[in-house]
Parts: sequence; C-alpha cells; structure tokens
Amino acid sequence: MKFTLSWLKSHLETTATLGEISAKLTSVGLEVENIENPGAGLDGLIVAQIADAKQHPNADRLRLCMVDTGTETIQVVCGAPNARAGLKVVLARPGVTIPASGEVLKKGSIRGIESHGMLCSAEELKLGADHDGIIELPADAVVGTPVTDVLRLDPVIEINLTPNRVDALGVRGVARDLAAAGLGKLKAMNDAPVRGVFASARQVKMSLPSGEERKCPEFVGRTIRGVKNVESPKWLKDWLTAAGLRPISAIVDITQYLTIDLGRPLHAFDDAKLSGDVGPRLARHSETLAALNGKTYSLDAEMVVIADQGAALGIGGIMGGEPSSVTASTTAVFLESALFDPLNIAATGRKLQINSDARYCFERGVDPTSAAIGAEIATRMILEICGGEASALVIGGAAPDFKRVIAFNPARVKSLGGVELPAAEIKSIFERLGFGVATLKAAGGSEIWQVSPPSWRADVEGWQDLVEEVLRIHGYDNIPPTPLPRAPMPKVVLSPQQRQVAFTRRSLAMRGLNETTTWSFLAGAHAELFRGEALRVALANPISSDLDVLRPSLIPNLAAAAGRNAARGLHDCGLFEVGPSFHGPKPGEQALVAATLRAGHTTARHWAGTRRVVDALDAKADALAALEAAGAAISALQTASGSERGGAPAWYHPGRSGVLKLGNQVLAAFGELHPGVLMALDVKGPMVACEVFLERVPQPKKAKVGAARVLLKASPFQPVERDFAFVVDESVAAEAVLRAVRNAEKDLIAEVGLFDVYQGPHLGEGKKSLAISVTLQPKDATLTDEQIEAAARGIVAAVEKACGGRLRA
Amino acid sequence: MTTDTTDQLREELLAAVAGANDAAALDDVRVGALGKKGRITGLMKDLGAMAPEARKAFGQKLNVLKDEIAAALDSRKQGFDAAALNAHLATECLDVTLPVRPEAKGTLHPISQTMEEVAAIFGLMGFEIADGPDVEDDFHNFTALNFPPGHPAREMHDTLFLDPADDGQRYLLRTHTSPVQIRTMMTAKPPIRVIIPGRTYRCDYDMTHTPMFHQVELLVIDTETNMSHLRGCLQEFVRTYFGVEDLTTRFRPSYFPFTEPSAEMDIGCSRKGGELKIGNHGDWLEILGCGMVHPNVLKACGLDPEVYQGFAAGMGIERIAMLKYGIPDLRTFFESDLRWLRHYGFAALDIPSVTGGLTR
Repeated sequence: MKFTLSWLKSHLETTATLGEISAKLTSVGLEVENIENPGAGLDGLIVAQIADAKQHPNADRLRLCMVDTGTETIQVVCGAPNARAGLKVVLARPGVTIPASGEVLKKGSIRGIESHGMLCSAEELKLGADHDGIIELPADAVVGTPVTDVLRLDPVIEINLTPNRVDALGVRGVARDLAAAGLGKLKAMNDAPVRGVFASARQVKMSLPSGEERKCPEFVGRTIRGVKNVESPKWLKDWLTAAGLRPISAIVDITQYLTIDLGRPLHAFDDAKLSGDVGPRLARHSETLAALNGKTYSLDAEMVVIADQGAALGIGGIMGGEPSSVTASTTAVFLESALFDPLNIAATGRKLQINSDARYCFERGVDPTSAAIGAEIATRMILEICGGEASALVIGGAAPDFKRVIAFNPARVKSLGGVELPAAEIKSIFERLGFGVATLKAAGGSEIWQVSPPSWRADVEGWQDLVEEVLRIHGYDNIPPTPLPRAPMPKVVLSPQQRQVAFTRRSLAMRGLNETTTWSFLAGAHAELFRGEALRVALANPISSDLDVLRPSLIPNLAAAAGRNAARGLHDCGLFEVGPSFHGPKPGEQALVAATLRAGHTTARHWAGTRRVVDALDAKADALAALEAAGAAISALQTASGSERGGAPAWYHPGRSGVLKLGNQVLAAFGELHPGVLMALDVKGPMVACEVFLERVPQPKKAKVGAARVLLKASPFQPVERDFAFVVDESVAAEAVLRAVRNAEKDLIAEVGLFDVYQGPHLGEGKKSLAISVTLQPKDATLTDEQIEAAARGIVAAVEKACGGRLRA
Repeated sequence: MTTDTTDQLREELLAAVAGANDAAALDDVRVGALGKKGRITGLMKDLGAMAPEARKAFGQKLNVLKDEIAAALDSRKQGFDAAALNAHLATECLDVTLPVRPEAKGTLHPISQTMEEVAAIFGLMGFEIADGPDVEDDFHNFTALNFPPGHPAREMHDTLFLDPADDGQRYLLRTHTSPVQIRTMMTAKPPIRVIIPGRTYRCDYDMTHTPMFHQVELLVIDTETNMSHLRGCLQEFVRTYFGVEDLTTRFRPSYFPFTEPSAEMDIGCSRKGGELKIGNHGDWLEILGCGMVHPNVLKACGLDPEVYQGFAAGMGIERIAMLKYGIPDLRTFFESDLRWLRHYGFAALDIPSVTGGLTR
C-alpha cells in the first residue's frame, strides 16, 4: 500500500518528521517497505531570482545572469534558454551536492567568465526528465528560502500490510494507528449525510436467495444528476499516481481515492445506462460480463453480481462492467457502496483470477459501518468537483452487527505479553484505538474488563488479540528479553536415533564422500526407473515437468548430480545424501535413507598409481560404514547377491549388486547401477551406489544402564595363524566359505581373513580358489601341535561340508 | 713384570685401537690383545706362575687394563658401525617433495551443519528435536494452524499439492515445519520444548526462492512462558549463532495465523558498500517470524488456552546459513556442484558445540 506524506497528513495532525513517522509505522506493525523522498538531497538549494540576464561575451548559447540570493547578487553563467530576468529559480551555490551527478559544485570559470553557482533543471535535481531549461518557480516563492519549502515535494510511503490489518487498509486507518501510538492527532472527518434534494427514481433491489444474504448484506445507493465528469484536480491526480493508480476521470478517481483513503471501495455507474432497480443477485451459470479491465469473464452461481433488471453490471466487490461505466459524457451517476462477504470475494477473485483493489479490501474485510459513510463522503466530493445534485440514499439490507464484548483481565498483558504496564495505560491504549472499555470487578478482586472492539477491527477476536494491541502500541521493542528458565546442567536432548543419523552423516564424510542435498522430487520418467514396488506419487501442480514426481529413491538425483559434475570435468565423484524417499502419497509413507553414489576412480591419478575404477564393493563398504554408524551389528549381517531372489532392486546391475540383510529384513542395497538405467538418465557410467534404510536398523529395546563395556579378556597365550586355500565352485559365495570357517571352531577362531581369490585353468572349469588366513587364539594354554592340527582338520571338514570345497593341492 | 710393562702395553694397544682404519683392522687389534693368543691373554696365563702376593697385585692391574682396552675397542667399533650405517643410508634417498598419495576429503552440507549448530544452541536450553512427514494433510498444514478454509493467508503459501490419493484426499507437501507443532502438541504433554528442523516446499522458483528449502521451528508450551521469554530465547540464539555477543534485536508486530500476538525479529546489520555484515551498525535485517501460540491452535490440539500458553518461532535454515557463511545464492544449495560442496562444506569432524566452539 502506497500513499504520500501529505495524504497521511490530511488525516493526521503531527509535527513528526518523516523519519519518526517511518519508525513508528514499523513499530506498530505497519512495516515500511520503502520511502521515496524526492526532497532528499535538496539540502542547500535555495530560491533565487534572476535580476539581469545578458549574452555571454564568448559563447552564443550561454547567458550571463546576475542572480539575487536574498543577501547578495552573484554572477552565474547559465546555458538554459529560459534564463531570463525576473525568473525565480533554484540556485546551487559552490559546496552543494547536485543530486543527479552526486558531485559537489565548485566555483568555476566558463569561457573566461567566473560563475558563482548553478541554476538547476529538474533533471539535475532528479525531479523529472526535463532538461531543456531550468526550473521555473512560482512568482510568489520567497527568495533565499530553501527550495524544499517551495516545491512541496511529497514523499511516498509504501507499507507492507499484513492480511489481518483490515483497519489499516485506508490511509485514515494508518493515521488512526499513528495517533494512538502518540504521533499526533487524528483529524476530524466530515462524513455528515448529504441532504438529498430529490428521491432516487432508481431503488435498490436485494435479490440474493434466502440463506445467501451474507454474500452482500447491505447495499447503499444514490443517484447524482447534473454532473460534469471533468478531469480530477491536480492534488487528486498526484495522490492517485503516487499510490500507483492511473487517474481516469473525476468520478472514477473519487471512487479510487476512497478505496485508498478509507479502505472503502465504491462503484459509480452511468445512470443513463441502467434500467430499473439495481442490487445484488447471484450470477447465473455461465453468465458473462465484460469487465472494466477489457476482459470478459464467465461467471458461476456462487458469485455475486450487481445487476439491474436487464443484465449483470459488475462483479460485486471485485470489478465493474464496461457497458455501464461512466465516461466523459456522463451526466448522472448511480453510486454503489455495498458490503460483501470476505470468503466469497476471495473465492470469486481466485476463480476469476482478478486482483483488484476492491477485492483486496473486501476479502480482508471492510468496516461494516462504512457503506453509508463512504457514500456520503463520495457524494460530497462529486458535488464539489463535478457539480450536480444528489438524491436521498436508497438502502437495501442492513450492515451486520459488529458489536461484541471481550472479557479481558489486564494482568494478561504481563502473563502473556511479558510487559508490566499500569492498568490506566492499558485502558488508555484501548481507548486511543477506538475500543470501548468497561470495568467489572470480578469475584476474586482482580479486575475483569469488558472490551468492545470498534467496527474497523474485525480481526480482534479474543483476549490474546487485545494483548497484542497493547504491546503493539506500547512498542514490541519495549518487551524485555528474559532468558528461558532452564536446568543448571543441560540434559541429553537427541534421541539415540537422531544421534545415529548425525553419526552416519559424519562417518560417510569421513570416507571421503561429499554430502549434498537434492530435491525431494524429480522427472516422472526418471522416477519410474527407480520405483520398484513404491506407488507413483505425482504432484498436481509441479514447478516444472522435471520436478513432477516425489522421489522413490535418492539414487537418480545423485546420479544426475554426478553426471552434471562430470560434464564440468569432475569425473571422480563421491556424493551422499541423507533424506526421505517416498513410497506412497499419504503422510508417513516415506523412509529415511542414507544413499551414496560414486563415479569415476577411487582417487585422482597420481605417481604411486594405486587408483582404480570404483566398483560394487566400494558401495558395499559405504553401506557397511553407514550401517555400523547407524548402530547395526555388522557381524550379524548377511549379504545376498543381486542374482538371488530378494536381491538388489532392478536399478542395479544384476551381477554386481547385493543387499545386506539382518534375518529377512533388508537393511541396505548396494552395487553397480544398471547400465541401461544410467543410459536412460543420460549419464555415463559406471556408477556405484548404496541405499541404507536407517529406520530399519534395529534399536536396542531398552536404554543401556551405564556406559560400561563388556570386560576385555585378552589372552596371555600366543595366537597361531594358519593359511588355507580352498577350491570351490565359482558360484559359491565367499561369505559362505568364511562363515563355515568361522563356525568350525567358534571358541578358538579369533580372526578369519580372505587374502586371495584366484581363478585359473589348472583349477578346472568353473572353479575358484579362496585363500583364507585363520587366527587361532587359545584362552587357557598354549596350543599344542596336535590341537592345531585338529582345528585345521575341523576347518577343512566344515568348508567341505558347507560349500563342497576342498583344500587346494 | 712391572707396572711399566702394563703402562707400556696400554699405550701400545690404545695406539693400535686408534690407528685401526676399518672394522677389519680393529678386529686384528682385538685378536692381538684379547684373543686366545693375545698379549693381555698371554699375561693372564702367566699369572699362575707368580707368587700369591705379586699375582694379586698384577692380576688387578691386568684386569683394569683388559677392561680399558675392551671399552676402547667397543667405542671404536660403534664409530665404524655408525659410519657404515650412514654410508648405507646415504644411498637410500626418497624425494620427499613428492606429493602424498591422494585421499578424498569428505564434507558435510551447510544445511546439515547449520541444523546441528541450531540444535546445539537450543539443546542447551532444553529443546528436544521433533520431526514429521514431508507429505501432509490440510488439517495439519493449515486448518489446525488456524488457516480457515478460503483464508487469503493460505494463498500466500503457494502450496504444492499431490494428485488425489486412493482415499480421495488431496495431500500436499508441507509449506512450513509448523504442522509438526500440531503433531507434537497432540501427542506430547506440556511442558513441551522442541525444535523441528526439516524440508519444506513451496511452488516458487526464482533468484531467491527454491521449491524446496529447510526451516527450523521452535515450540514451547507450558503455563508460564510469555513474550518476554520468546524475545530472550531468540536473542540468546542469534547472539550465539552469529557469534556477536551484544547483537541488538528489534521486535516488530506482524501476522501469522497460528500465533497471537505475532512478531518478526530483526537483527542489527550493515549494508555499506553492498556488503552485508551482522552486528550493531544501525541497519536492520529480518531474521525470523514468531509469536505466542494462537488459542485456536491450542484448542485444535486439545489444550486449554486459558491454562496453557507458549511460543512458536520459525526461520529458514538456508537463510541463516547464507548470512553466517556469506553464501550468496540460495539456488546453489541444491545444485550438488562438487566445487561448491567442497568450498562451503564442513569437515567430518567439525562437530558444532556451544562449549567447544560453535564455528571452527
């Protein structure tokens, strides 16, 4: 909302400076967004008069002016064609900053003649684009006074109005708030009824069906005849222009003015274009209306139109119609000042996509008592500017009763607002804002007040709103800050799972991965490749077709990110993200996933030459690290390879992927991404990835008591390491062999490692050799050769039994 | 046999030790003195033939001589060994100016780090962390938060809706973290102190808006907390978070459907020369919205507004991260540009703590 300072001062008697007004507006909740002050920067410029102007001896286009400053007469060289004797001008003396250039004026010499100042054009003062000549001040301007006194430059204030402040929709409401906050006095307003000199032939006809009357409960009309729809006076045009409106004609401008001035939209019809009585009715289904903005709207039966006996004339409370609009030749108008239902206005405006000032006011809520007042003020202005005579008012319906009483305990200002204020001051604030206050003694001796909000405060409902009013006017900045009371020693506030998620993040970063954050949505076609058994969750109003489905997996966004980095030349890429994936459209149908993705090589090229292309086991290592950080017992996990039933999902390479399971529960999937999927994503592979389902990691049933670890029993006896090489079928999982070894001598075996995998012609077709080191750790005595031999035999037998393996010869 | 003999022998042998040029020559000296047929060994053998008195005296002398020579030999030998080792080491040379084997340095995203910083500060004030779903229903996102159907404030949220689900409901992506306030109040009993960090969504994408962003919400519900606490709590937060001990704050009335009274808080800043600086420099920067929880919200959650009260506040994670760390463009948070992640990201072990230092 924009208005000029002089407009504000038409309602507010104040000596406050622009800066004080601006600060107070923000302080009472009418946040100042911007102030355009054309007078800023004009300090030091004074009114002067050219006493004499003659030709410059050395230049055809320059004039030599003797200029009266009020205290002396100085010589100024000026190039303006309109520099002539007798003219009152704007003079800049040396030392003054010229607004347009920002430079300080110096005494100078032009073509050999000294110049002791500059006569300014509008452009030089940033007051307009006129640079053909110097500013011509009115003849009555007083020589020697500051030009800011003469130019009457009107600063424009723009405030950011929150939707609740229906009272400040108009400049008068803003002035009222400032006055309440102590910044001056609200001027009286002449809203006395204008005596009708004839009875309006046109009556109001309220035609809303029963039960729908609230959509337009009151309609005040009046005929004004014998008017001349002239151009608006300059002040009105200036104010409207400053408010961002386009002046059209006096009658239209007066209705525009009242919308901004009082937050009271009105409409004026050309009376000659109406037939019969006028009033609100519901629009007919598919009824059309050519509106004032040049567009034709198709209406529905929820909407209210203002109609005469023939057709709809305007969309009630939103926009008038073109055929019934006033023109320069209008001689009689029918004025409409009606009340509309905010919700219906909002719905209608939304459906028709019309953003008008009238809609803006009515959907927030216009003062229910303002229909008649608005009509009177508008009438008075029309008569003043356009002449003519007014009929008596014709009124349909009635304003709804706004009166209500809120029980208010003044102690609430302290208990909710945190501010200690004397009851008298609280009461005074209410009264300054137009609230009625009656005091009741409550039984307990504490005072309970009955506070009645004024008609313009539909937003005030409960005692909490009243506390806000008191704080607002007293100043939020006067609320003393009090630290929140708290325990002397802070307690643990993170749940075990929250700590694990944080730890998972940092563990993955420790592994050299860069955490990223990607959208929760992506292109539907890409989502489809990763959907698996999840439902497709599409957005009804996506921001773009690239972001139209909620992600069923974090991988496609990470793969796309790696692809973008590769396109920038960063081919070696390790990313991770911890965030939601979505498997259904309802609240809660999402899972918290830690996902990693690696592309390119394990490290950059370097002299030691130990880098390699990332593979599925890098992704497995990421998955295991994430699971361990998330609290999973790694030793209890089983790996199922991608080719098995229940293996990794279809977006992984079927032969180079797997899942990590705890019992039947899949905790993570990992592997190389399917080349076909990468091709569909338009990224170059290979890429490896993992998805860890953090919420599936079992949590300890009960919080552990104490932090004590299981007692370490380090054996004093020498461990023995033995190596075995088993030949097994190629299809046998390494994990199966290792498990068989581990289980062979559970008490004795401390460590099992796989240190070589070999395939070669002499092993036979479809065979492989696994070289395994086993550490035997005795607990009670040093192992004898016989014991070691027995353990070795047990291990070999176990592998043979479980995996059909035999010792390699 | 006389003292002269041993003195002379000492001199000779010590001279021989000193004169040995390498380990082999030194060994010859050792054999000549202490070997089976060595000169000291020979004298030792002769002791048996001496009278007991003389044997005792001379034996002592011989032993002293023997120890002395052995020590001299030893010391000389160590010198040769060290020289030999040095000569060998001189041949083993590595170019230590070679770059070390590369290791990838991982990083945390500024959003994660900022969330942890926020949690670290509010944790000290006893706030726990709550979370809720990204997909919400109209009740939790709007109605329970006192956005009546058709209210213009709903439109300000530019909601992203989902296609209707099989239950006929039109779910949406939460436009703020406030629905978790409702979920918290409906399940937990006051006193409540929670922060709610999370993803939020709006149908808006330009220079300063992204369709997904992050917020952190604060909720305090008990019977006593008032606006003075709200201001105190938030003031302590911004001072700690930005590391400006006396940072001034400004409270302004504002409007949110779910709070009454509502406020916005500004912090001191400077915009001189187009550069934003946090501190008491006379200008103001809006940082968050807040207020006392609206009675209608309390009622929607089954809490009696005549008994319970408290505050809620919310701020943008990216915004406070941008302000603190000088990150110029919101959109870059979601681009996954490795150069950006490495530059603005945080080391894995850079865990924020108020007592240990919030910011490294």
